[in-house]
Amino acid sequence: MSPLVNRPDIYFTTAALLLAIGVFGLLRRRTLIGMLISGELIFAAASLNLMAFNRFRAPDPAVGQIFVLFIMGLAAAEIAIALSIIIAVYRNYRSVKTKELSELNG
Amino acid sequence: MTFPGSHMIVGAVFLMCVATTIIGALIAALTARIIRSVCGLAICCIGLAGLYYFLHSPFLALMEILIYVGAVCVTIVFAVMLAEPDEPLRDDKPSSVIIWGGLSFLICAAIFCGLWYLGVHQDWPTPAARVSDFSIEAIGKSLLTTYSLAFELISLALLVAIIGALAIARTGRSKS
Repeated sequence: MSPLVNRPDIYFTTAALLLAIGVFGLLRRRTLIGMLISGELIFAAASLNLMAFNRFRAPDPAVGQIFVLFIMGLAAAEIAIALSIIIAVYRNYRSVKTKELSELNG
Repeated sequence: MTFPGSHMIVGAVFLMCVATTIIGALIAALTARIIRSVCGLAICCIGLAGLYYFLHSPFLALMEILIYVGAVCVTIVFAVMLAEPDEPLRDDKPSSVIIWGGLSFLICAAIFCGLWYLGVHQDWPTPAARVSDFSIEAIGKSLLTTYSLAFELISLALLVAIIGALAIARTGRSKS
C-alpha cells in the first residue's frame, strides 16, 4: 500500500472541508432542496470522520462501520420525510424559496 | 512481487478520490441550478465511496453508492421534478450579499481551521490491540449479536419514515 493512503490527517482534513462546505451551503442556499443537499454533505463529513477514526484509532473496527451504516439508514429516512414535507410545502405555497415561507413571521 | 509502480498508482487513485469528493461537494454547495447540485452530491458520494474503500471498508463503499447515489439522489431528482426549486435571483443590495457571504465564509473557515487543527495536532491514542478485523464477517456477527436491537430499531424507523412520508405528501393534495 502506498504511504499516502495510510495518513489519517488527509482523511481528517477532507472531512473538515466537507463539513465547512456543507455549513456554507446551509447558510447561503435559498431553497429548501438546496439546504437539504447541504445537510447531506454534513452527514457525509460526519461519516468520513467516524470511518477515519475507526480505521486508525479504534480497537474494534467493526463498530465504526456499523455506526456509519446506521447513519446512512437514518439519512435515508430523513431524506424521505424531508422531501415529502417539501412537496407538501410546494403544494401550499407554490414555492420552496425560504424567503417566501414566512407565514409565522409577525 | 508487486506490479512496478503500484505505489504511485494507488496514491494517484487515492488523490483522485479526495479531489472527486471535494469538487463534488463544491459543485453541490455553490451552483445556482439545483439539478447540478444533485449531480454534485452524487459525484461527492462516489468519491466518498472510494475513500471508504481505502479505509478498508469495501462493504460500506458499496452501501454508499447504493444508498446515496442510487436512492437519495434519485429521490431528490423526483422532488426537483415536482417542485421548481431553482435558486431565485438575489433581490438584495450587492453590499449586503458581500457582507453576509463574507460572514458565512468566515464562519466556515473558522470551523474548518478548528477541526483541522484538532484532527491533525491532537495526540489521539492508538489502540494496543484490535479485537476484530475489518471483514464483512465481523460486521455481520456484530449486527446479529451486540447491535441486533439497534438494527431492528433502524428498520422500524425506516418503516415509520416511509408511512409518515406517504401521509404528509398525501394530505396536501388538492381536490382539483
